[in-house]
Amino acid sequence: MSSNLAVLYDIPGPKARRRNLILTIVFLILLAAGLWWVYAKLDAKGQFDWKLWKPIFQANTWTTYLLPGLWNTIKAALISVVIALPIGALLGVARLSDHRWVRWVASVIVEFFRAIPVIILMVFAYTLWFTVFGSSSPLASVVIGLVLYNGSVLAEVFRAGIQSLPKGQTEASMAIGLSKSQMMGQILLPQALTAMLPAVVSQLVVILKDTALGGLLLMGYNELRRAANTAGTNLKDQLQMYVLIAVVYIVLNLLLTSTASLLEKRLRRGKRGPRELAVMMTGAEAGGGPSMVVTDEQGNQTIA
Amino acid sequence: MDFSFLSNPDYPILKAFWGNIQLTFWSAIGALILGTVLAGMRVSPVPLMRGFSTVYVNIVRNTPLTLIIIMMSQVLYTQLGLKLASRGAGAQGAIDFLYNQNFRLAVLGFILYTSTFVSEAIRSGINTVPAGQAEAARAIGMKFTQVLGIVVLPQAFRAVIAPLASVLIALIKNTTVAAAIFSAEIAGLMATMMENEADKFVAIFIIIAAGFIILTLPVGILLGRVAQKVAVKR
Repeated sequence: MSSNLAVLYDIPGPKARRRNLILTIVFLILLAAGLWWVYAKLDAKGQFDWKLWKPIFQANTWTTYLLPGLWNTIKAALISVVIALPIGALLGVARLSDHRWVRWVASVIVEFFRAIPVIILMVFAYTLWFTVFGSSSPLASVVIGLVLYNGSVLAEVFRAGIQSLPKGQTEASMAIGLSKSQMMGQILLPQALTAMLPAVVSQLVVILKDTALGGLLLMGYNELRRAANTAGTNLKDQLQMYVLIAVVYIVLNLLLTSTASLLEKRLRRGKRGPRELAVMMTGAEAGGGPSMVVTDEQGNQTIA
Repeated sequence: MDFSFLSNPDYPILKAFWGNIQLTFWSAIGALILGTVLAGMRVSPVPLMRGFSTVYVNIVRNTPLTLIIIMMSQVLYTQLGLKLASRGAGAQGAIDFLYNQNFRLAVLGFILYTSTFVSEAIRSGINTVPAGQAEAARAIGMKFTQVLGIVVLPQAFRAVIAPLASVLIALIKNTTVAAAIFSAEIAGLMATMMENEADKFVAIFIIIAAGFIILTLPVGILLGRVAQKVAVKR
């Protein structure tokens, strides 16, 4: 049913069209009533006063509060994903190891950190850092919390990516006498990496949203949400600040999501017939170095 | 390792976990209902409903849960004056009001956020039902609500139990975000304990981690079994 959800109902005739129109009007009235309620309440509180919205358009608000907060959010997210990726790859590969105890240890680590809320991990990381180094580091506690959780999630993504590769890849590598580490490092991982790129970008959305946890409890990391809260308290326009940063988060995440689907489309296209060669020739343009070429050469049997 | 804090009445660990369980319970029910409605709207013949559902899901899903929960308190309650609890008399009345109000605001926040994931899961479940099912239902004269309610959704629900289990597990963990506005839950208590008993921080972490494993592991195993049992064999 994936291609066409309209399969659920007939093409509307005169009666159905009238019913749909009535439903539309009723829904519109409900929606308008809800919006009116919000508008009236806010208006009664004087929240539409231009004085309260003006700070959003003043450079001072941005340079003092919002930009440092946004930078802290992006910094924490980027550091986390850069550290979490290799850890995830390591754990994912370890879960596919031939040695039972390696598999077992990796599985316990992955399942443990996936079962615990990120905020709990952050509070733990904060105290751990404080105990070891004698000073508090909000950034480190946020990053450690995010790495522990997302490293485990990415481990599962890696594992699924490697397992999705056709068996022929493993068999062919063995046939030409590659060692297990050569097979993993040169054949399986590069292919899995390109196949799972969209999933990694999607995970970035989760990481970006979770940085907002860093502003709570002990951590007190001055990320975007917390910075906006400070701005709202000082400028007495909390509502406006929250609306603004909600828009910032939504735009950033929608950009990431559309990047992910773009990558997915591109990868899938690169694996089909005549276009294959074009992608191979312009491997760099498609966002990959030599690894991209490996994927595309053998991509015929690969399922994304 | 020193676990003496377990018997300290200042640290009601079980009570705090009970707070998270209650948050999960009400939020899960609400999110399942709202999520199903959103999914139904997403596939409905009314363009406005489809549009609303799409916009709602894409906006709310991309907003950090922390922000949603805090906005529940600072926008919905402080600015819009939405009261979800009644205020009793005296100081105790005020305390009870704040407790109930923040608990319900948190539940509402979790419902609004989690329902988007429920909706997406159900929508993908609808996609697993073969088109012939809906076509056959329409051929015998069923209208949209019947096609969806009697034929498609019952099959879709069977297919989405596993994804919904992941949503539920995520919800259990997400209830800790309520710490931003609601005190009687485990993340806030953990932060207090970490400050007061910093020397036992590893033991505290182990206990709370164990609590979450006990809460989430059975859900995954149980619903995984159910999912296998009720799956439509195609």
